[in-house]
Amino acid sequence: MSEPDDVWKVNRERDGEAQRFESNFPENGAVGRAFAPVAGFGVTLRNFFRPTVTEQYPDKKTPAMPRYHGRHQLNRYADGLEKCIGCELCAWACPADAIYVEGDSNTEDAQYSPGERYGRVYQINYLRCIFCGLCIEACPTRALTMTNEYELAGPTREGLIYEKQDLLAPMQDAMLAAPHPMVPDTVDDDYYRGDVTAVVDSQIEWVRERRPDDPTLPENRSTEPAEARRG
Amino acid sequence: MTSTADKATAETVDTVTLTIDGKETTVPKGTLIIRAAEQVGIDIPRFCDHPLLAPAGACRQCLVDVAAPDREGNVRAFPKPQASCTMQAMDGMIVNTQHTSDEAKNAQEGVMELLLINHPLDCPVCDKGGECPLQNQALSHGRSESRFIDVKRVFEKPLPLSSEILLDRERCVLCQRCTRFSKEIAGDAFIDLQNRGAMQQIGTFDEDVLGFDGYEPIGVAAEDESGRAFSSYYSGNTVQICPVGALTSAAYRFRSRPFDLVSSPGISEHDSSGAAIRTDHRRGTILRRLSDNDPVVNEEWITDKDRFAFSWQNLSDRLERPLVRGDDGELHEASWPDAIARAAEGLKAAAGLTGTPADKKAKGVGVLPGGRITMEDAYAYQKFARVALGTNDVDVRTRTASDEEQEFLGSTVAGSGMGVTFADLEKAPTVLLAGFEPEDEGGVVFLRLRKAYGTQRVLTVAPFLSRGAEKLDATLIQAVPGGEAAALASIKGAADAAESLQAEGSVIIVGERLAGSPGALSEALRLAKRTGARLAWIPRRAGERGAVEAGALPGLLPGGRDATAASARDAIAKAWGVDSLPESPGRNAAEIIAAAASGTLSGLVIGGVTPSDLTDDLAAALARTDFVVSLEVRRTDVARYADVVLPVAPPSEKPGTFVNWEGRLRGFATAIRTDAISDHRALDFLGRELGADLKVGTVADVNEQLALLGAAGKSERVKAPSVKAGKARKAAGDELVLASWHLLVDEGALQDGEPYLAGTGRTAVARLSPATAERIGVKDGVVTLTAGGRGTIELPVALTDMADGVVWVPAKSPGSWVAQELGVHPGALVRVKGGI
Ligand code: SF4
Ligand code: SF4
Ligand code: SF4
Ligand code: FES
Repeated sequence: MSEPDDVWKVNRERDGEAQRFESNFPENGAVGRAFAPVAGFGVTLRNFFRPTVTEQYPDKKTPAMPRYHGRHQLNRYADGLEKCIGCELCAWACPADAIYVEGDSNTEDAQYSPGERYGRVYQINYLRCIFCGLCIEACPTRALTMTNEYELAGPTREGLIYEKQDLLAPMQDAMLAAPHPMVPDTVDDDYYRGDVTAVVDSQIEWVRERRPDDPTLPENRSTEPAEARRG
Repeated sequence: MTSTADKATAETVDTVTLTIDGKETTVPKGTLIIRAAEQVGIDIPRFCDHPLLAPAGACRQCLVDVAAPDREGNVRAFPKPQASCTMQAMDGMIVNTQHTSDEAKNAQEGVMELLLINHPLDCPVCDKGGECPLQNQALSHGRSESRFIDVKRVFEKPLPLSSEILLDRERCVLCQRCTRFSKEIAGDAFIDLQNRGAMQQIGTFDEDVLGFDGYEPIGVAAEDESGRAFSSYYSGNTVQICPVGALTSAAYRFRSRPFDLVSSPGISEHDSSGAAIRTDHRRGTILRRLSDNDPVVNEEWITDKDRFAFSWQNLSDRLERPLVRGDDGELHEASWPDAIARAAEGLKAAAGLTGTPADKKAKGVGVLPGGRITMEDAYAYQKFARVALGTNDVDVRTRTASDEEQEFLGSTVAGSGMGVTFADLEKAPTVLLAGFEPEDEGGVVFLRLRKAYGTQRVLTVAPFLSRGAEKLDATLIQAVPGGEAAALASIKGAADAAESLQAEGSVIIVGERLAGSPGALSEALRLAKRTGARLAWIPRRAGERGAVEAGALPGLLPGGRDATAASARDAIAKAWGVDSLPESPGRNAAEIIAAAASGTLSGLVIGGVTPSDLTDDLAAALARTDFVVSLEVRRTDVARYADVVLPVAPPSEKPGTFVNWEGRLRGFATAIRTDAISDHRALDFLGRELGADLKVGTVADVNEQLALLGAAGKSERVKAPSVKAGKARKAAGDELVLASWHLLVDEGALQDGEPYLAGTGRTAVARLSPATAERIGVKDGVVTLTAGGRGTIELPVALTDMADGVVWVPAKSPGSWVAQELGVHPGALVRVKGGI
């Protein structure tokens, strides 16, 4: 006998056994047997009298739970410098290989984050991300956190690779857009410890000299809320 | 193998038997405990220990418990754990590592805690993160908690030791691998330990102790407290062996993490040593190159050029599509079939193969492959010339060259297989260098000679002792360029140098520059015969030896066969399945260019040749030539005159073989897969279009043919040269004899696009002896050099203890492009004016 025949035979024997299966449930009585064909509607009927749980998405959006794992965000310090140092630890931790980072050197003319290094390229591929949050745990500077935003669908693959500008946190009112120097007489450790709490004048002056039209300069700030200015 | 070596291996090696973690093992006497443990698979943590550096015992991470028999034979434990990297194994020793001894484990954890006390723990911003021995061993052998609560010591960071090498003193664990490398291996004692206690740090040496002697680096090299900058051709190795991220390179700074990278083994394209490298790339871009471990060639070291010079191939002028000159006189992108058809058509006309009356006017095609190609490419170029174009006008030597050199290469080098090896150099009691600067022109050859420092005598025939020669403690046999032959001839009889060379195993190294000195190579052969010393030819470019083997010289067929010998030609013709090979003697590169310039050549096929490397005006020659096909990686000046430009792959994007100066085949595979094709493949297409099936489409095809051909038989060989020793030109008035060679780091085409590396090159100076400087009246410490070339060279003067009547300038350093500006080779007379 050939091998497939063997398999076939074994399977048929198993089928035979399955037919001999006996249910552990007690047999229905006569009424039960009579209603058996429509018994399933009982579940439907019961739910007519229960509160609805259906959400009217997208007409009505319900906020997710506070610790819901949504789209990532790259945070900033109080003076607007980026927290991300381009260390790639998030990319390393990611089990889905969804993150791609390239670091670079901060220079005197272009300081994006405190210290020597910043993330020049930062991409998260939401086609790959499984929202496990391991990247958040890996981040040494708390640069990367997750928001509650869950609307992550799109018509193209490219569109679902979020770039750094898509992920960066919106500028808060008192922040000054990077690049600009660190607060004078501070080192990166002061930022990490949370000792830098606001923009100082010399930073504003620096930006004013180089980018007088920067919308985050006090004189250029519009009165709309920060969120509306994003993007 | 020689008989003495046989005897050495036959002798029984003294061994000792010891027990490590309960495992008994027998090792040769003198083995360090840490190595003995490696052999039985026991891992002991370490930082300072490096198999190629002398033991230092600096970091104390490798502490183990040791008990050894005392004089009475009682096994007694040492009172404290011992450093296993400095202690030699003894018979009856009992070693307990961290795996079996709590005391050793405790000691190691203590050392680790101590090392981390002042460590900044800034792994996230550190380039070493992910491949750092300190990170790894802190996890595997350290305590999980630190008890240190005080403020850490801080240093300013990073401190640039040179434009390329950056030092972060906070991260340093003071293992001294870098300083030991610099002193023991490279001989550039530029950095050392300074200060004491918590302030102990790596710093640069005191200027007053070690002067630069006029060899200052070009770029900014910040000085540390003692005010010295780091300048070395081998500095990148310290980055690779630093067990922490204290030494990093500017080029790779913050560029990637090890998990991003794909590593491919390869062979360096920068010199004829064929150093093994590892190319690390991400998404098709090379991010860094490291030294690979090849004990028989480069050990674990490479030059900074091997390591850092790779951006040239990805600059914006990289060619991706073939270019064809249109009717409007401009180059336009074209498809491969179109470009090949156009090139074949043009070459057919130029070579007179159209079968029409116009053939009468065709004056032939010359082929200039350039010296940077692989052996397979060289073979394809010469076969293309001889079979498809019917000419012997093919020469890779786009540098100073002579017929004497060709005879020398044909008789002594080609088809000779492995001759002198790196190991032979290291063992040689005496090494004579002629026309060769190991540090500047030999790459890792210098390191091997330097390894024999103290046991080897180095003699150098040169106008003065270069810094490299000084580091080898070489004896100068002074020779004015052009007078090398006489200097070599004088080494005879009871001359001290002659006696040294007679010691068995001595080696004479001749460089490619000797070709420019009539009679010198003949004299070198005579000297070798006289003294019994072995002879090695070390060219500068990576492809030269392979090209000699493959026959890409006008008078040489593959395997060292004489192209003028009918028997050799017949043998090759038969192997290639063609009726005959061209008989008329070929012209060398300079003659081909001269012919093109005078309009007596109708076409040129030109490979990787940089016009500014040539003394002849290649641009003018190309402009005069009817039809030029260029095979290039980048859009160079040659493209301006080319009718068809075929893009070819750089070494990292193709497989192939470099033959290093030893004669060792250094095959490499494709590191990065792209669409780019090798020269030999392009020539295969072109050959077919011309009606010749060259069978050089793949590396395997070429190697099969080369293997079948083998080396030349005695009767097919070129005769050894016997040219009368020439004389050096006489300096007179303001005309001085030019001496020059390429510094390792300079403005060579393969170093383009790498500013950090360029900064570590040496400042260009003109060297004169004090007497000569006085004679020509140097003003403001500057001189101007002129000769028949296209320009002048102005350089600051460095007074040097050297031959009178000679001026030395670097061959292609910033502000000193000798071939282009002066248009002459070393040995010629140049006019030197004091002041500008
Ligand atoms: S949430 Fe998980 S899968 Fe998504 S990017 Fe972070 S680590 Fe990767
Ligand atoms: S987000 Fe955090 S972990 Fe990722 S690169 Fe930036 S700093 Fe590093
Ligand atoms: S710089 Fe690196 S190699 Fe040099 S002593 Fe410090 S840790 Fe060792
Ligand atoms: S490895 Fe032994 S003391 Fe450093």
